[in-house]
Amino acid sequence: MILARVAGTVVADRRSDSISGARYLLAELCAANGAPLSEYLIAIDPLGAGLGEVVLISQGSSARQTALTDKKPIDAVIVGIVDMVEEAGSVVYRK
Amino acid sequence: MVLARVIGSVVSTRKEPKIEGIKFLLLEKLDCETMKGKGDFLVAMDAVGAGPGEVVFYVAGSSSRMTNVTEGKPSDATIIAIVDVIDCKDRVVYRKEGEPA
Repeated sequence: MILARVAGTVVADRRSDSISGARYLLAELCAANGAPLSEYLIAIDPLGAGLGEVVLISQGSSARQTALTDKKPIDAVIVGIVDMVEEAGSVVYRK
Repeated sequence: MVLARVIGSVVSTRKEPKIEGIKFLLLEKLDCETMKGKGDFLVAMDAVGAGPGEVVFYVAGSSSRMTNVTEGKPSDATIIAIVDVIDCKDRVVYRKEGEPA
């Protein structure tokens, strides 16, 4: 999984994913302490993450292993909202 | 999924029979803050009927076979959505033409 911060939303009416009831979020990849890396991806959000929150994103075929994305054309899904990150014994990020 | 703009199409006559009838579009990946092209290109199969100039996002890897159009086909990148509005860091960075503000 990778860490990213929710930077915004992407609205798209015309889609071929046959998914309803989830939002596409614009996520900016970030370091363990939440520092932005200026690299973005679009991830589907089954959890209701909010703007600015640090989230965990699963990519690739594993992104289809949630109830929402099973057998769907999705390669990035938010699987967790991060509360705290500890690195080398100290807390580097706290929500 | 990755944000990109449709900048052209690719025609291939001699190709794998399974992908007859599928449209190939040339995409340039976009910087999400400036909406400018990153000079990074790829070809994707089109599952939504996207056209030139439109901002889309595509899915890569094995998940790109999970659309009606590409099921069982040798695709590793498929366009799955045409973008209407993008909001980045409390700013609308993109709005499709004709989309109400």
